[in-house]
Amino acid sequence: MTAPLATAPAGGAGAADPATDSAAPASPWALALSRLRRQKAAMTGLAIIVFFVLAALLAPVLTAISGKGPDDLDKKAVNTYLGGLPRGSLGGISPQHWLGVEPLLGRDIFARLLYGAQISLLVAFSSALLITLIGTLLGVTAGYFGGRTDAVISRFMDVMMSFPSLIFMIALLSVARDVNRLLLLIGVLSLFGWPYIARVIRGQTLSLRHREYVEAARACGTSSGRILLTEILPNLTGTIIVYVTLAIPGLIGAEAALTYLGVGIRPPTPSWGQMIADSVLYYKVDPMFFVLPSACLFLVVLAFTLLGDALRDALDPKGSRT
Amino acid sequence: MIGYLLRRLLAMAVTLLVICALTFAIFYLLPSDPAAQFCGKDCSAERIELVRQQLGLNDPLVVQFGRYVVGIFAGQTLGSGPYAVRCDFPCFGYSFQSAQPVWDLMMDRLPTSASLAVGAAVLWLLLGVSAGVLAALRRGTWVDRTVMVTTIGLSALPVYFIAMILLYLVVTVTGLLPYPRYIAFGEDPGGWLANLIMPWTTLAVMYAALYARMTRNSVIETLAEPYVRTARAKGLPERRVVGKHGLRPALTPVATMLGMDLGGLLAGALITESLFSLPGVGKLFADSLNKADQPVIMGITLLASFFIVSSNLVVDLVYAWIDPRARLA
Repeated sequence: MTAPLATAPAGGAGAADPATDSAAPASPWALALSRLRRQKAAMTGLAIIVFFVLAALLAPVLTAISGKGPDDLDKKAVNTYLGGLPRGSLGGISPQHWLGVEPLLGRDIFARLLYGAQISLLVAFSSALLITLIGTLLGVTAGYFGGRTDAVISRFMDVMMSFPSLIFMIALLSVARDVNRLLLLIGVLSLFGWPYIARVIRGQTLSLRHREYVEAARACGTSSGRILLTEILPNLTGTIIVYVTLAIPGLIGAEAALTYLGVGIRPPTPSWGQMIADSVLYYKVDPMFFVLPSACLFLVVLAFTLLGDALRDALDPKGSRT
Repeated sequence: MIGYLLRRLLAMAVTLLVICALTFAIFYLLPSDPAAQFCGKDCSAERIELVRQQLGLNDPLVVQFGRYVVGIFAGQTLGSGPYAVRCDFPCFGYSFQSAQPVWDLMMDRLPTSASLAVGAAVLWLLLGVSAGVLAALRRGTWVDRTVMVTTIGLSALPVYFIAMILLYLVVTVTGLLPYPRYIAFGEDPGGWLANLIMPWTTLAVMYAALYARMTRNSVIETLAEPYVRTARAKGLPERRVVGKHGLRPALTPVATMLGMDLGGLLAGALITESLFSLPGVGKLFADSLNKADQPVIMGITLLASFFIVSSNLVVDLVYAWIDPRARLA
């Protein structure tokens, strides 16, 4: 990345380095935070994320102000004689419809984008949470206990990772037709997402478990559970945060792709993948219809990637050495 | 080496069998009846029951699974009497909707997907690797920064957007190319090329960004190795240091990634093929989804797993061949 990497201190994984250049003692977290603040890219990413999270949360308020709900049909905004194309230029942008309307039905794009952001972020955040829980639990268990436990878990991870995940997710989603799509989508995304983070966590745990302070705790007779919670886990927090942030753009993209292919969120629930799928028919005559949801997808994915990269530089100096 | 190979092949067979079993279980445990599908919309309960018996759907799951696996190698006859259909080796099931064995359907489509995947790979390797090497050699300069910023931006672009903006600009606005349709290479090489340029570009843009970033990191890491310093200290010209000592080891991870990506793409670039209406395996998959043609969905899932698992194996073998350090894995 563009960040100045030379400033990254060695052994950042929790080993409390006193600040090298300032006199005041600072915790590793404070150091990481200050490093992060200096990076414009990270702050841009964060700003975009905050913007979209707020937009999603405030969707009901914002649509009340704009006066158009996500499912309100507006036949007056489309020209029925021209195959239902939006009236006016740029996909029908007007004082009534701030970002134009969908062709044919005349639903308000601004409102649908806002509610689509809710779905997109809800799915991504929930599956990221599940992935973190499962991945950390299995990764730490495999790395800390080693031996047969490790062999079984690692083999399982290998099998999971050799699945053609997108195709398998689609197959899974396509046969289960009458279940709650949102929950199923989150479940399926998590099912195939956890091995990647588990592998990293396992590697880190392997190197942590022979550190002196862990040996010391063990020598004192501390139970395994306590060692994991108080000695190992706190040192993994940085890695976990980094990998979750970097997993989110993939999850957002996957949700959109699955929905685009017709196995994700079902209409009439608005979602970005759905909008893009609808817009394919109209790309020639109404380019704004595909540009807007694509742009949202682009911005959110970009924002998480920027933030994730910067977090890796700040929290996990080893991972960013190159 | 032979022992290693045998072990890996065995592991591969086991993995594929596990995937096969899981796929099978998902399709046959979940509530959707292949017999009803085979029979059509207005079919009496009796008739469905008859079909169920003929297709052997009342047998225990394990028996059905065994029949499926044996059928892959030995072929099988589905149904009996006048409705019986024969499905020869390699039998991945029979699509009643299109009245064809799944294998034939997939093989019809494979050349398209292969053309798409290989052509795109050539393009993204050229673009991605050269950009990555350039950025690494000019590290910290504006060249490096430009490459990095561009690749971050490009890798965040949704594939739909790339495809549709290409179609919009190239086909609708300027009319430089016609809307792509697949022409076999043997039929008309020029037409093949012209029709695949846009799909290739779409895929290549996405992957090139990833490859550029990876190549850059790998080259920077390799150039920091002690043996590169030694080569420089010996007084070798920089061109030789980079070309001979730097790039070769730096590009092995790229080869690994290429193998995996190609393995994934051979079974169809789902979204790209759908967007450009290319009749590849991915399009077949998407169409079968819409028609709920389960034997085909299952066959493609297995084909894709096969490609991914075997490309992993090929990558590891090639890796062991290129890099003696990895031979004792």
